[in-house]
Amino acid sequence: MNALRRLTGNCTPRTLWSLAALLLLLLLAPAFLGKYWLSVLILILYFAYVGQAWNIVMGFAGQLSLGHALYAGLGGYIAAGLFFHYGIGPWAGLFAAVAAAALAGAIVGYLGFRFSLAGVYFALLTIAFSEFTRIGFEHWSWAGGSGGLFLKVDAASNLLDLRGGPVMFYYVILALAAGALVLCRALLESRLGRYWLAIREDAEAAQAVGVPVLRCKMLAMVISAALTALAGVWNAFYYNNLFPETAFAMSRSIEITLAPIIGGLGTLFGPFVGAVVLTGLGEAFTDAGDALGIPGIKQIFYGLALLVIVMFRPAGVWPWLSARLGLGERTP
Amino acid sequence: MTGARLDLDGIGKSFRGLRAVHDVSFSVPAGAIHALIGPNGAGKTTIFNMIAGVLTPDVGTVTLDGRVISGLRPDKACDAGVGRTFQLVKPFMGLSVLENVTIGALHRRRDPADARASAAAILERLGLFGRRHQLAKNLTLPDRKRLEVARALATEPKLLLLDEVMAGLRPTEIDVMVAFLRELNRQSGLTILLIEHVMRAVMALAADVVVVSYGEKIAHGTPQEIARHPAVLDVYLGDPEAA
Amino acid sequence: MTADFLLSLAQAVTKGLLTGMVYGLMALGLSVIFGVMRVVNFAHGEMMVIGMYLAWLGFEYLEISPLVSLPAIAALFFAAGYALQRTLISPFIGRPEHQQFLLLLAVAILLVNGALAIAGPDSRGVQLDSQFDSYEVGPLVLDAVRLHAALAAIAIALLLWLFFARTRTGKSIRAAADNHMGALVVGLDVPRLYAITFGVGAACVGAAGALMITIIPVTPFLAGEYTLLAFVIVIVGGLGSMTGALAGGLLIGVSEAVAGLLLQPSLKSMFSFGLLILVLLLRPQGLLGKASR
Repeated sequence: MNALRRLTGNCTPRTLWSLAALLLLLLLAPAFLGKYWLSVLILILYFAYVGQAWNIVMGFAGQLSLGHALYAGLGGYIAAGLFFHYGIGPWAGLFAAVAAAALAGAIVGYLGFRFSLAGVYFALLTIAFSEFTRIGFEHWSWAGGSGGLFLKVDAASNLLDLRGGPVMFYYVILALAAGALVLCRALLESRLGRYWLAIREDAEAAQAVGVPVLRCKMLAMVISAALTALAGVWNAFYYNNLFPETAFAMSRSIEITLAPIIGGLGTLFGPFVGAVVLTGLGEAFTDAGDALGIPGIKQIFYGLALLVIVMFRPAGVWPWLSARLGLGERTP
Repeated sequence: MTGARLDLDGIGKSFRGLRAVHDVSFSVPAGAIHALIGPNGAGKTTIFNMIAGVLTPDVGTVTLDGRVISGLRPDKACDAGVGRTFQLVKPFMGLSVLENVTIGALHRRRDPADARASAAAILERLGLFGRRHQLAKNLTLPDRKRLEVARALATEPKLLLLDEVMAGLRPTEIDVMVAFLRELNRQSGLTILLIEHVMRAVMALAADVVVVSYGEKIAHGTPQEIARHPAVLDVYLGDPEAA
Repeated sequence: MTADFLLSLAQAVTKGLLTGMVYGLMALGLSVIFGVMRVVNFAHGEMMVIGMYLAWLGFEYLEISPLVSLPAIAALFFAAGYALQRTLISPFIGRPEHQQFLLLLAVAILLVNGALAIAGPDSRGVQLDSQFDSYEVGPLVLDAVRLHAALAAIAIALLLWLFFARTRTGKSIRAAADNHMGALVVGLDVPRLYAITFGVGAACVGAAGALMITIIPVTPFLAGEYTLLAFVIVIVGGLGSMTGALAGGLLIGVSEAVAGLLLQPSLKSMFSFGLLILVLLLRPQGLLGKASR
């Protein structure tokens, strides 16, 4: 009860009621949504979740990672590989997946932070590791090489092996997204979370008030990588296939960063709001693009939308929207 | 909070062959307020950075209550009881005043609610409580300086290093800060070492003054002695700030 | 080691050096822009690809060789870069890196998909007579197109050096790069200098694109690869250093060619990324950069 009060302490009643209503709506959604809209909602929740995970490193601790595809890719490949080769189910496999991704995050983080790389330099290090791993997987036969890894499609719902239809995957990703939101809220309220914000604002001043900067940054990377790996596992089993050139691609890494940047970096609801905006735009433009029949037109609309958002709402949509709606998220 | 004794024993530091600080020794007894003065570029901030763990001395040691603290990382120096402010203030700009100080308080108090209460009490004493929900970037320079002092105090140091906290303050604001520091020192016995160009504050606060020039200690004594010291007069001749 | 092997190694190194000059010119654009404005052009590879498409269009529809249309392409890129800086990028100078990143990402998406919409996804190349020519230097055989491209790249780099070393504008830009505040104080028109800088950086990459199309055909999907490649080169050479960018280009060109010879071709960029990681960790200012960090 005490823990619950701490989690909800600074929210206005209006915020809490809105959240409860939203959660209820999401829980009931599969009952009245068609196949298409459910798939859109799944996409939104996926980007919200993975954005939330990335937000820990960049939004909270202020370290720009543009290589998060590494952790999603590792997670997906390990869980899928274990299932494919040895029939080990994803719920067991995800421990290995999370451990590997956390280790990778620890290595990248340690090297980057130990050698005090920041900003663009750190970003490039994260890209380099992701690309390096991509090429490695293209030549690793266990993982199927560049030909990819395919999981057998099975429409019969089997939660144990994460085989089944969209509704099952919907509830899994909903649980992940909701869990990540609660976790991030708890982290932000914790000592570690405060320390991350201090490092983001000024690492030297943070260290002077006793913040163990290297350890805190490392924790941000490890936690973020571990959470991202879960998204990778989910992704692999939802789509049933994995290719190194997409799983570890820079475009995958960039995709992960977009929802929190668009929604509002460092905020709790930013990744969710950003995911709604981006997925909504993406779907709308797909229809428009199909209607026009010009290749790339969807992406052009998408690029224009990004341009407009970054020019007029550089701090993200959510801080502006929340003020409009009178929804209180304490801005730390 | 009680003060600790600070001893600098022959510390020196060079940057790429350039001697920034050479063989500086002095002590600040527990509970005393001392000042470190000298012209710009004399090595005062370098000495602070060696005490606070930002720099490791090439030679010599820094001890706090007999425990060697030179060579510790800044956060470990903070553990040992060193609190500091920065000459160019470094508040956590995007965070509120209360959050800034709470982060300092979290150092000794793991529970955020506890740390927040402690931070609020410190802000009250420094007259910043009314602004606790403002973002640090919206504060004026004097308020930012007070915020830095508050954040350092929140770590419950035994030694407080103040790097030019009076600079840019108006005379009345200086008097308020002086009164606050004197009261703080009297109540808690906190040891304070301050780098200061504002002689009015040095004279009012410091029991002893250490003068450095070109990285070396050239004088050490009471403010009255220092004011008459020939080497000091020589260094400050024509420096209007020293008048 | 057989003589045959040594010869093919020497051949690969020469080929790498020649391609590396064009890489260097591309990276020079990125380096100049970053060195002066501290803005990382995440749309660099996309600009490169646009340069390649323009040269291809000129060849396909106007029957102009890319080497001839190059000055026009460079001028067009200069104007576009100047305008881009004046309108979109200027408000983002000094803003947080992730905002600049998002802005240039949007620009990149627009550029590459614009190319896709107009030219389609198929690869487009130019057929030049010189593609079958070669020069023999001792036992080495140099592809004519590669040699021409490398020579042109060297000439452009020299022009750029002259611009920064000799002209008043070039010197002012260097002053603004060294000391932003100081430049404002002495009354330099910094926004204009920044716009010129972005124009010059864009002209470099446009010219590099015109040269590159003579060596390999273009597809929109090359863009991301080139952006990464340009980053690798400038980091290895030293971000913000002009000679570093050129040297980095040569090094990456050679390492790709040699790795392609010794290992599987698909492993060649692994070598570059490995080098990038090593340089970032051990010498983040780059091999030729000044140790200022």
